[in-house]
Amino acid sequence: MATLNVNPTRMELKRLKGRVTTARRGHKLLKDKRDEMMKRFLEIVRENKRLRIEVEKALTDANRGFGIASAVMSPETLEQALMCPTKSVELDVSYNNIMSVEVPEFSFSESDGKGVYPYGYAFVSGELDDAVDGLSKVLPSLLRLAETEKSAQLLAQEIEKTRRRVNALEYVMIPQLEETIRMITMKLDENERGNLTRLMKVKDMMIKEQLQKKK
Amino acid sequence: MAKKIAVLGDRESVLGYRTLGFVCRCASDAESAERELKALAKEDFAVIYITEQLACLIPDTIAGYKDCPLPAIILIPGKEGSLGIGMKGVHDAVERAVGADILG
Repeated sequence: MATLNVNPTRMELKRLKGRVTTARRGHKLLKDKRDEMMKRFLEIVRENKRLRIEVEKALTDANRGFGIASAVMSPETLEQALMCPTKSVELDVSYNNIMSVEVPEFSFSESDGKGVYPYGYAFVSGELDDAVDGLSKVLPSLLRLAETEKSAQLLAQEIEKTRRRVNALEYVMIPQLEETIRMITMKLDENERGNLTRLMKVKDMMIKEQLQKKK
Repeated sequence: MAKKIAVLGDRESVLGYRTLGFVCRCASDAESAERELKALAKEDFAVIYITEQLACLIPDTIAGYKDCPLPAIILIPGKEGSLGIGMKGVHDAVERAVGADILG
């Protein structure tokens, strides 16, 4: 591990010690954040998977219904039958905060018209009724799916980011700081020892000088 | 705030969603799909459902919206049935977050 390029002084040592404490605390916090986000994410993503299976099945059925209806009816009649919807959906978007990730939350309100079928029964086939009915039943799940899937995507992005930070702190930043601190401590100790031996040497020389004078 | 919902796909696939009160846009090739999607995203739409058949033509454009809170772009099976791309998206999210696909 490469050390930081710093001067081996006491001031630098003190500064680095401060930094390593901060890094450790940040690392712990981020790790906790990552763990909690992971927990939430797994809940959401399981729900997401369940909803997706449900919605895909319902939509495939509805599409099949439309397929059959379009086979027995002329395209113009089908188009006409579905042209004017009886209801409109309005979506209210609010934001929910999951571990400081803003995820959208949808609540919808239907302006209720006269039933789900926007057409008279005279010229359309029964399969169309089933298909339209199936679609309107799956609507709440469809919106829930949108909500959970978006939340899952946003959380996944945030978790990825947090994981990178945690790893960078754990495997790069903190070891590097510790290595640098060790290097500075060793250098300072070495200086200290050098100083001590020099003093002893000088003292020796002085004693010898005094002894010679006495003789 | 009130937002709208849009469906983007080929003509036959999106026809039925009109009965739900969704806004339907048709596109048949990658170019028009991309144009429609970008136009929809600029407007006041919170959720855009797009058929898998179209989505597999413009994966990059869709991936671009993945990290913004809105709009949510959700894949739905088109008239030819599910291609499994939507489910793959769920597994991709897990892989991105956890590092491995643990849903099984």
